[in-house]
Amino acid sequence: MEKNAEHTHVHRDDEGDKLGMWLFIFTELLLFGMLFLIYAVYRYRNPVAFQLGGEEVDVFIGTLNTVLLLVSSATVAMSISAIQKGLKKHALVFLGITLLIALVFLVNKYFEWGAKIEYGFYPGGEALLELGHGTILFFGLYYVMTGIHALHILIGIGLFIYVFQQIRADKIHSTDYIWLENTGLYWHLVDIIWIFLFPLFYLIH
Amino acid sequence: MSQEKSHISSYQSHVFVLLALLALTAISVAVTTLELGRLDTLVAMLIAATKAAIVLVWFMHLKFDNKLYAIFTVLVLVVFLLVLYVTFFDYSYR
Amino acid sequence: MSESTKSNHTSFLEYKGKYRGILGWILSTDHKRIGLLYLYTMLVFFSVAAILGLLMKIQLIAPGHTIMGPATYNAMFTMHGIIMIFIIVVPGLPAVFGNFFLPLMIGAKDVAFPKLNLASWWIYVIGILIVLTSQFLGDGPPDTGWTFYAPYSFQTPANIVPALVGAFVLGFSSILTGINFVVTIHRLRTPGMTWFKMPLFPWTLYATAWIQILATPVIGITLLLTVMERTLGVGIFDPALGGDPILYQHLFWIYSHPAVYIMILPGLGVISEIIPVFSRKRIFGYKAIVLSSLAIAFVGYFVWGHHMFTSGMSGRALFAFSFLTFLVAIPSAVKVFNWVATMYKGSLIFQTPFFWAVSFIFVFMIGGFSGLTLGSLATNVHLHDTHFVVAHFHFIVFGGTGFSFLAAIHYWFPKMFGRMFDASWANIGWVVFFAGFLTLYLPMFSLGIMGMPRRYYDYLPEFHAANILSSLGAMLMIAGAMIIIVNLVRSARYGKKTNEKNPWGGKTLEWQADTPPTLENWEEIPEVTEKPYEY
Ligand SMILES: [Cu+2]
Repeated sequence: MEKNAEHTHVHRDDEGDKLGMWLFIFTELLLFGMLFLIYAVYRYRNPVAFQLGGEEVDVFIGTLNTVLLLVSSATVAMSISAIQKGLKKHALVFLGITLLIALVFLVNKYFEWGAKIEYGFYPGGEALLELGHGTILFFGLYYVMTGIHALHILIGIGLFIYVFQQIRADKIHSTDYIWLENTGLYWHLVDIIWIFLFPLFYLIH
Repeated sequence: MSQEKSHISSYQSHVFVLLALLALTAISVAVTTLELGRLDTLVAMLIAATKAAIVLVWFMHLKFDNKLYAIFTVLVLVVFLLVLYVTFFDYSYR
Repeated sequence: MSESTKSNHTSFLEYKGKYRGILGWILSTDHKRIGLLYLYTMLVFFSVAAILGLLMKIQLIAPGHTIMGPATYNAMFTMHGIIMIFIIVVPGLPAVFGNFFLPLMIGAKDVAFPKLNLASWWIYVIGILIVLTSQFLGDGPPDTGWTFYAPYSFQTPANIVPALVGAFVLGFSSILTGINFVVTIHRLRTPGMTWFKMPLFPWTLYATAWIQILATPVIGITLLLTVMERTLGVGIFDPALGGDPILYQHLFWIYSHPAVYIMILPGLGVISEIIPVFSRKRIFGYKAIVLSSLAIAFVGYFVWGHHMFTSGMSGRALFAFSFLTFLVAIPSAVKVFNWVATMYKGSLIFQTPFFWAVSFIFVFMIGGFSGLTLGSLATNVHLHDTHFVVAHFHFIVFGGTGFSFLAAIHYWFPKMFGRMFDASWANIGWVVFFAGFLTLYLPMFSLGIMGMPRRYYDYLPEFHAANILSSLGAMLMIAGAMIIIVNLVRSARYGKKTNEKNPWGGKTLEWQADTPPTLENWEEIPEVTEKPYEY
């Protein structure tokens, strides 16, 4: 029995799939863009509090995570190069490294957040509510923006696991790798968002 | 693209791009210790924009792919920046 | 179908795939079946929201408590708005007629991502169900209006969160449809159909799809932040914690003004299809219509502030937004000019789709002009939050989207169902509906100018006369809507069967396909050499 009797024509259009992925990336850019807009407005209105807020954040973990994400962006790109050349083993290794880094990123995030939450530094937390409005906004945005970013990392991990399986099963190979390519595009988007989050929350003060 | 001939980047080129990105990160971290005041934000944003551009052009293959993606990306950024600009018509003059 | 047994000659309505019965529809990836799924879903919820609207008008037939009190009234206009906006008019034409006719009009077999298309419908249904739970769970139905303005939306005890989450999910469905359409138009146009040989409805869908992709995430994140405000108290919109509630309004309208163009642009496309066919004349200024669609999509992005003239924005922002609003009126007016110029010296054919199209132009212009009244600062201050706004809004969104939807369904009905609708009942329905529409909404303009505020269940005695007229108009319009719907539903089941491919003499590709279309639309992909609308 045919798997899908309704669509007998086998239609494959990698360029179309990629265009679809780019359009999705544009949606994501606008979504995060609005968060950056909110940040800009509140930084403009509360310059001092945002300056002080930036000093409360763990620069070391932030820098570490930045380096990790940049490396993972390179490895996922290398994984695509590998599959294009037909080097399945290489592709799996590079993808495995990327997956591992994504997990480490989340572990770091867990400790970073954990340390703050312990001190009551979270939305609605007692320690935070005692501080001024600007600081409440800074940390509100900090949790929302890095939180939604972390959610995207989590989705990325899911995609990596799926793509990893597909490469192992030879469903993704040197002539059909759009899934890997699109996953790579998504991951670079996640990286780009972080490239902006990093200075805004960890560096400038 | 897998159906048509596509540009394959070498491992080395990815490593070079990565090194550039890491160098920019290092500069960005170093600059904040200089305490430049208001300039701080500007420099940090310029470096971040450069890094993002590098990721877009090389890692995301805008340089080698159909020019359509590059055009769309620029247009989307223009729309976003204009929205940001128009919003500040309110906040800068309140 | 008796005349053929080969599966690729069977109409999409009767095709038997892997699944039978209802499953053959709700699991079908065929763009035409998905279009009809949207149509039926919308029909159900349109009826619900229209009844809510009618109940509100009955309440307003006399001052004071007629059939409901203030709390019920608030809940009703909120639910009326949420259903009509997020479930009916935003998905509206793209989801129903875009899905059904985009592939047919560009000579494709389906949209680019058929499975994603089906997923969009499912996400849409899930979104609806989540919205509906807000009515029955928690501390009473939402009473914020469809705009969910901060800070009330996180202070009211009503059950707001499911409404916000539901609207978020519906937005997701809208984004996926937009992505699907842009890729379809880029990748699946038939050979020979260059960009400027593409019919105008696909063009407007293209502009709309870009707005869906670039504006919907804005409302998505805004609704999500409001959910977080309610559940976690992050403070972003909460003045008690330093947030700026006006920033909520900015974000809300950064989406919701472009959303008006999501609603209206495909409608403008439909009218641009119908006018040349029923004038037997080439469309006047094809390129001007295309470019004005793109211009509307682009400029429409930067005018949102005209919803906030009285919110306490800076003076400069007021001027900027007022100016930009006047600017965006130009491309809309270009289209009206083109339609009228197309009809000029054409051999007009007076049939139901044409009636709807012409009445559309009429109401759209009244809506547009009252929009300019609201877009200029001085008059806006007087008219803001009065019934004038309600009238303007309904002339654009109901007059615009609703009339073009009805124009579209009568125009494409034979192609969709392989049957003709009963023309005399359709025309009677149009007359009653049109008369009801004007009687319902025109008095609201003068009520607004006289100063009657909107969103109150009660009013001063001096507004009584106009309100009676308006409420009677509502009943007349509902009667018209019932005639139309009953006629269409009856015709879809028992109407005169037709296999005629091109009953109206249209020149666009969908009229070359079988009636009703087969599963994959074409045995051979049609070639296109000349421009559309060459009469
Ligand atoms: Cu508007």
